[in-house]
Amino acid sequence: MPGFIESLLAAPAVAPALLIGSLVAVTSGVVGVFVVLRGQSFAGHALGDIGTTGAAAAYLGGLPALYGFVGVGVLGGLAIEGLGERARERDVATGIVLSLMLGVGALLLYFMTQRTDATGGPVAILFGSIFTVDPSIALPVALFSLLALLLLGFLYRPLVFASVNPQAAQAKGVPLQGVGLLFMLALAIAVEESALVAGALLSTALLIGPAAAAVRWTRQIGAAAALSALLGLLAVSVGIALAYQSYFWPPGHRGWPVSFFIVLLVLTEYLLARLLPARAARRPLPRRKEAA
Amino acid sequence: MRNLDPLRVHEDSVLDLQGVAVHLGGRAVLQGIDLSLRPGEFVGVIGPNGAGKTTLLKIILGLLRPDEGTVLVAGRDVRAARSLVGYVPQSFAPDPDLPLRARDLVALGLDGARWGFSLGGQRRRAKVEEALGWVDALRYADQPVGRLSGGELQRLLVAQALISDPRIVLLDEPLANLDLRSQGDVVALVGRVAHERGVTVVLVTHDMNPLLSVMDRILYLARGQAALGTVDEVVRGDVLTQLYGHHVDVVRVHGRILVVGGADAESLTCNTCDS
Ligand SMILES: Nc1ncnc2c1ncn2[C@@H]1O[C@H](COP(=O)(O)OP(=O)(O)OP(=O)(O)O)[C@@H](O)[C@H]1O
Ligand SMILES: [Mg+2]
Repeated sequence: MPGFIESLLAAPAVAPALLIGSLVAVTSGVVGVFVVLRGQSFAGHALGDIGTTGAAAAYLGGLPALYGFVGVGVLGGLAIEGLGERARERDVATGIVLSLMLGVGALLLYFMTQRTDATGGPVAILFGSIFTVDPSIALPVALFSLLALLLLGFLYRPLVFASVNPQAAQAKGVPLQGVGLLFMLALAIAVEESALVAGALLSTALLIGPAAAAVRWTRQIGAAAALSALLGLLAVSVGIALAYQSYFWPPGHRGWPVSFFIVLLVLTEYLLARLLPARAARRPLPRRKEAA
Repeated sequence: MRNLDPLRVHEDSVLDLQGVAVHLGGRAVLQGIDLSLRPGEFVGVIGPNGAGKTTLLKIILGLLRPDEGTVLVAGRDVRAARSLVGYVPQSFAPDPDLPLRARDLVALGLDGARWGFSLGGQRRRAKVEEALGWVDALRYADQPVGRLSGGELQRLLVAQALISDPRIVLLDEPLANLDLRSQGDVVALVGRVAHERGVTVVLVTHDMNPLLSVMDRILYLARGQAALGTVDEVVRGDVLTQLYGHHVDVVRVHGRILVVGGADAESLTCNTCDS
């Protein structure tokens, strides 16, 4: 085992993959808790898909995919939030923005396939490219993560209030729209970063899975966010290790996709949380005191 | 609007509405509402569905601007008086998995609108503890809110609304979905806490009977109009007949009051019956 870990860390693409993956896992884990609280999984998933359009455009323009993902994701997120104020409107708005962007994205992905030098491009965008990504992208990823986490730190109390009890929050002067818009920014960053790791199609898994498990295991939002980040870290690092190991596996000895392992691990965490609700809250409440 | 005792309009009132009218969707939802509430007063707001009860609360909260008239809270414009108003919204049903303890929910009423994290602190914790004590919720203070009963949640919301030391607290149908005994408990608790703290209570409900022992005045809303006075002044056949615009009888049985409308107003009969 120590031998495996040593050789894992010594492999050239693994250390940057672990670094970038960890940054992404923590950001997605923390943001994901609020996505679960606010019931915005659909928007989160849509942002991943929308990001493909940006990534394809960035690719065609010779830029790192990250900038395309984040740029278009942020615009898409703001459009979704701006178009739909209430939860139901927001789902409709999400659907509309999603289909529009996917249409453009399909065209761009098609252009990519026409370019002979771009054989791996569409696959990297859709399924992740953590081992092939340029290590120098770690710095912008770190900065984006920092931005998203600072934003959440700034929003923390009004965001909790607005997510839990919006009418009371509004009455207390919480600007629901402003909070929603700023949260969307953090969400777009988290989703698009994890698209880089797990691929656009599976970025939701990293966003929702650890958070949904953490929420069942904790009774405070801060604790849920910490646990969610930890579960995300676990899934990403074990996933990367397994993907590295899979280079020795059939069929082609070319390695299985990291996203497969990550999603499998995230799903396991979630199922465990469903099966073993470890939260001490399960203990029965003391008997209700008779009215005095 | 009939204010049946003009002498009750004082200058030191906590809430003043004058000539308030609201139009929504091209319809007058409220019109000509005048009212003035004293410190520490408990006012029950009764009226059929769609009478404008929630709309009235939104105006007092400054979430809705009236098309006509003025609204003053403690003599100030509502927007400047936000911190003086506590609010318990009409519906609150947290997800069973929500990772939020009872005490965290209450704390939101204290500083939930401030940016950033709470730095915790002894005083904040003590304040939350105190508010939990007001509503007898200390025993489930550390339970996640998603697992609490309707009555337990309602107490927490009352604590959340009162923790910021408001002058007036608005409760929108806090008794809905509670059994008769919990209704009695919540009403008694709101009445007691408000009385002790000198807070004016405006409580919206469909059934006035649980309020009869604590309510100082009743605000009866129908057809966008209001009648304000004591129960004996307002809940009378002639007053309500005029308010509703058709014949209404008021029946008193076993210390309970039933408002009985004509055949065309079935909802009236049910408003004040036990469901
Ligand atoms: N945004 C809106 N646009 C148009 N009409 C509205 C709007 N909000 C409320 N209304 C109408 O105003 C009327 C009063 O609504 P309100 O919610 O104040 O009633 P309510 O007395 O609280 O009823 P309930 O007992 O059902 O809670 C209703 O007829 C409602 O349809
Ligand atoms: Mg209402």
